[in-house]
Amino acid sequence: MSSNNNEWRSAAVSTGTTIIAVRYDGGVVIGSDSRASMGGEYVSSRVINKVVQVHDKIFCCMSGSLADAQAVTNAVIHKLNFHSMQMGEPPLVQSAASIMREFCYNHRDELSAGFIVAGWDRKKGAQVFDVSMGGMVVEQEFTIGGSGSTYIYGYVDAKFKPGMTRQQCVTFTTNAITLAMDRDNVSGGVVHLAVVTESGAERQLIPGNKLPVFQRI
Amino acid sequence: MSSIGTGYDLSASTFSPDGRVFQVEYAMKAVENSSTAIGIRCKDGVVFGVEKLVLSKLYEEGSNKRIFNIDRHVGMAMAGLLADARSLAEVAREEASNFRSNYGHDIPLKHLSDRVAMYVHAYTLYSAVRPFGCSFILGSYDEDDGAQLYMVDPSGISYGYWGTAIGKAKQAAKTEIEKLQMKDMTCRELVKEVAKIIYIVHDEVKDKAFELELSWVGEVTKGRHVLVPKDIKEEAEKYAKDSLEEEDDSDEDNM
Repeated sequence: MSSNNNEWRSAAVSTGTTIIAVRYDGGVVIGSDSRASMGGEYVSSRVINKVVQVHDKIFCCMSGSLADAQAVTNAVIHKLNFHSMQMGEPPLVQSAASIMREFCYNHRDELSAGFIVAGWDRKKGAQVFDVSMGGMVVEQEFTIGGSGSTYIYGYVDAKFKPGMTRQQCVTFTTNAITLAMDRDNVSGGVVHLAVVTESGAERQLIPGNKLPVFQRI
Repeated sequence: MSSIGTGYDLSASTFSPDGRVFQVEYAMKAVENSSTAIGIRCKDGVVFGVEKLVLSKLYEEGSNKRIFNIDRHVGMAMAGLLADARSLAEVAREEASNFRSNYGHDIPLKHLSDRVAMYVHAYTLYSAVRPFGCSFILGSYDEDDGAQLYMVDPSGISYGYWGTAIGKAKQAAKTEIEKLQMKDMTCRELVKEVAKIIYIVHDEVKDKAFELELSWVGEVTKGRHVLVPKDIKEEAEKYAKDSLEEEDDSDEDNM
């Protein structure tokens, strides 16, 4: 009994997480929860932002081990900045996803982090890439990740429609994250959103008391 | 003719008192001794033409190619020491391939040109190595950025062009190229003009037999760099030969 109580002290900080990104004609909407936990018992931060800006119009969502995710993300920011300066133009979302993949695949034995890379570029417009833990990259209309995502597969599969507007995407994303946070013990807090279009990126925060309510028990 | 460097020309790591690196200039001389290669950019692609002198009847047709494929969408035409150019083509291929592996898309031509030029430049810094004795022209086409043409010379500089020529008849070729309105031409029109220019600058007296190497990349090839198909090449060569005869005829009239 008491042997369980202190295991969290030595557990690594993980982002038991819910992350999601969805593209629409003209941009992408990216969202995450804000809980960082240790060992599934202790919430080490209730306001962490897992949506990281890696370039002007490219964002990244982190999941898995927080340390690994931050290390990889910082390396990607550095590499992408250099690449963009060499090319003399903003980088492609595909390039960001490729750089991410190179790290994840080449260091797959040491890392334990998965990502969603989403943004806008002049060649292909809005794109969403899922860069999973081992380094597989797949481009999709929308994708979900993290421990909380398992509880909302049904919801997103049923509710997603191609051709949604920006507002519909924001609602879709917010609802999905809220539902996941309601059921996943290691996801919670506030909803962090970012919307990226040709004209730039906007961040939004939806505090706990403004989230949609789905059921009162 | 050219000034002798006496003492300042023994290695690339030495400047002369008047600020020249003679080894690099000598390398450019090697390029000038070679037969001509031209590259021209038009509104929907790039066409390369090389005057490949055939030094022996025993050579198999098509051997010692001077136009290389660097990536699906990039072609390279060279003048100078062929072995040096082959080695640089390998360098360019690795650059293009690594870029695609790291960043997930085709290498932009300017970036490739900069990278290979940096490599060529590195060989102009040390006494332990000699500069590359070749210049080359790189060309590519893609839907978003259109046609691009860059030229790299032994000193390691690279410039973008609408049309350029390297090799022994480069001045004559550049004069002909300047007469063209390439910005309004398509690849199909341009391929005939390129063949014509090569035929014009070829010196029948000094150099006997030559093979024309023609390649293109553009909308007409869906962005892939390939040798011009046999039938189009024959049509272009016929156009070139006919144009030359016309000019010969008009010369006679004047007399």
